[in-house]
Amino acid sequence: MTQYLDFEKPLAEIEGKAEELRALARQNSGMNVADEAAALDAKAAVMLVDLYKTLTPWRKCQVARHPERPHCRDYIEALFAEYTPLAGDRNFSDDQAVMGGLARIDDRPVVVIGHEKGSDTKSRIERNFGMARPEGYRKAVRLMQLADRFGLPVITLVDTPGAYPGKGAEERGQSEAIARATEACLRIGVPLVSVIIGEGGSGGAVAFATANRVAMLEHSVYSVISPEGCASILWKDAEKMREAAEALRLTAQDLKQLGVADRIIPEPVGGAHRDRAATLASVGNTLRQMLDELSQTPPAQLVADRRRKFLNIGATGLAA
Amino acid sequence: MNWISNYVRPRINSIFSRRETPENLWHKCDECGTMLFHRELSDNQNVCTSCGHHMHITPRARFQALFDAGVFAEVPVPEPKADPLAFRDQKRYPDRLKAAQRETGEREAMLVATGDMGRTPVVAAAQDFSFMAGSMGMYVGNAIVAAAQEAVKLGRPLILFSAAGGARMQEGILSLMQMPRTTVAVQMLKEAGLPYIVVLTHPTTGGVTASYAMLGDVHIAEPNALICFAGPRVIEQTIREKLPEGFQRAEYLLEHGMLDRVTPRTQMKDELVSITRMLMGMPPPVKGDLPPPPPAPETATPDPEPAPMPEGGKTTP
Repeated sequence: MTQYLDFEKPLAEIEGKAEELRALARQNSGMNVADEAAALDAKAAVMLVDLYKTLTPWRKCQVARHPERPHCRDYIEALFAEYTPLAGDRNFSDDQAVMGGLARIDDRPVVVIGHEKGSDTKSRIERNFGMARPEGYRKAVRLMQLADRFGLPVITLVDTPGAYPGKGAEERGQSEAIARATEACLRIGVPLVSVIIGEGGSGGAVAFATANRVAMLEHSVYSVISPEGCASILWKDAEKMREAAEALRLTAQDLKQLGVADRIIPEPVGGAHRDRAATLASVGNTLRQMLDELSQTPPAQLVADRRRKFLNIGATGLAA
Repeated sequence: MNWISNYVRPRINSIFSRRETPENLWHKCDECGTMLFHRELSDNQNVCTSCGHHMHITPRARFQALFDAGVFAEVPVPEPKADPLAFRDQKRYPDRLKAAQRETGEREAMLVATGDMGRTPVVAAAQDFSFMAGSMGMYVGNAIVAAAQEAVKLGRPLILFSAAGGARMQEGILSLMQMPRTTVAVQMLKEAGLPYIVVLTHPTTGGVTASYAMLGDVHIAEPNALICFAGPRVIEQTIREKLPEGFQRAEYLLEHGMLDRVTPRTQMKDELVSITRMLMGMPPPVKGDLPPPPPAPETATPDPEPAPMPEGGKTTP
C-alpha cells in the first residue's frame, strides 16, 4: 500500500474506490465488479500520468523525500555483489548516516559511499534521517583515499536533507569535515561518479557529489538550502516553501540546464517508489555507463577534468 | 493640544536631534555601550578601546590597516552572469544587489588586493559582511579564484579574511557550487607551495566555513567571532535545548582544535607578517607602520588601477 502525497489525494480516492469494490466482490461472490473496477483503474492510471507529467518543484521535493523511495541500502543490495561495509573514521565513531565499503558492480571492484535515511522509525533514528555528522564525512574521506590507493572507482549515492545541525557535530568540526570531503573528491585519481537518488541537501551533498559525472533521478532535487529554510529566511514564512522551491531552481531538469547535473535518469510513472525494481535497474545501467566512459582515462586526467569542470560550473545562467 | 506641544516642543526636540544628526561622529559599542569617537574607533580598527569588542570593519578599511602605509592595488575580479536564475523572493535579486551596492559603495561582497604587508608581498582577499551578509555567490567564487591565481602568478602567500552568513541563496545551486570551486582554488595554492592563511572574522558560517574557510594552512580567528556550520538558532530548534555560553565562538573552536590561534585585530598584521615570512623562508620582519614601498615595476603591464590613498585613520600621528 503506497503512502499518498497530499497532491495525490484525488488519485487516492479513485484507487481506494476500486479497492473497496474488489473487497465487496470478494465478500459477495455473486457480484461482478470487474468492469467497474477496471474503469476506475484506467482512470487512476491516466490521472497518475497527468499528475507526474508536470510536477511543480515543491511536489518534486515531496516525491524526492517519499518514505518509500528506494534508499542507498536498497541500491547497494540490488546492484552490488560482495558488499563489504567498512566502518569508522578512526577518530571518534562510525556514523550510521553514511554507508560505505568495498563492493563489486558486475565484476568490477569499487568503493561505494552513500547517505542512508532509514526505512522505518527504528532505522531512521539509527541513521539520523540521513543527516551525517563529521564522522560520516571523515569515513567517506578515508574510503576515498583507500580507493585512490588501490585504483578503485568511487560511486557515491546522495540522499540527505543536509549535514546534521547538532551540538556535537559542531564541536567536532562539521564544517571542516565537509570541506575535507569535498577536497578529497577533487583530489582522488580514480573515476568518481555520483547519483542524486533523492535529496541533495546543500553542503552535505556537495561533500559526496563533487564528481566526474553527476546523474540525477528525474524527481530528485539538489539545492543550496531546503525550500522551507529558504522561505523562512527570505519570505520570513516557512509556509512559502512552494514559492521558494520554484525560485531556487532545484529540480533535476533545472540542474541539467545549469550544467550541474550531467544526465537525468528517468523514473517510472508515479515516481521511483511506485516501481522500485525498475528504478534500481535504471540507476544500475547509468552507473555502468558512467564508469565505462571513464575507465580508460588516466588518473592525472581524471583529476584535471574534475577540477576544470568545477572551476567552470556556473558560467551560464538559466532563462527566466 | 496647545502651542507648547504643537510648537515649542518640536522646536526644542529638533534642536537636540539636530545636534545629534551629524551622526557617525560617535559610535556606541555593541557590547559595552561605551560611546566611542569615530576617529578613535577607526584608528583602533573598529575595536572598542574600552572592552576590546571587535566590530564590523570593511575590507577597504582592513586593507588600509594591513598594507604598509595603507597602499594596495586591487586585483580585478571577472564579472559573473548577473542574476543567473532570475531569482525573486519578496524582492527581485537585482534590486537587492543594487541596494547593497548603494549602501556599501562596493561592487560585491569580496575585495581582492595585492601589496606589501611589513615589506612582505602578499595577496589578500576580504569578505564584506555588510554586503548581503557577505554571502558567497558566483562573484565571491570568482574573487577567490582570481586571488589564488594572482598569488600563484606572483608567487605570494594568500591571506583571506572570511565573513559570511553562508552561500547566497539567490543564486541557488550555483552558489553551492562555489564550495567545490573555491576548494579547487585552494588546491592551486597548495600545489604551488604557497601559504594560504585564513583569518576567520565574525561571523563565518554555513557553506563558507564548510569550504575555503576551513582549508587553510593556518587558521586564525578574531576574538569572539561566531564560526560555525549551522547557526546557533538552527541547532537550538533541532535539539530543543539551550546552547552553552560561548558556543561556536572563536575561543570555543580554539579549545576544540579547529583553530590555530585567536588574535586581536590590532595585533593581526604583525602576526600575519611573522607567520608568512617564516613559511616563505624569509628573514625576520621589520615591524611597525612602514612607509609605502617604492613603486617597483613587478608586472610587465602597468597597473591600470591606481592604488587608493589612505583616508583619515591610519596616517594620523
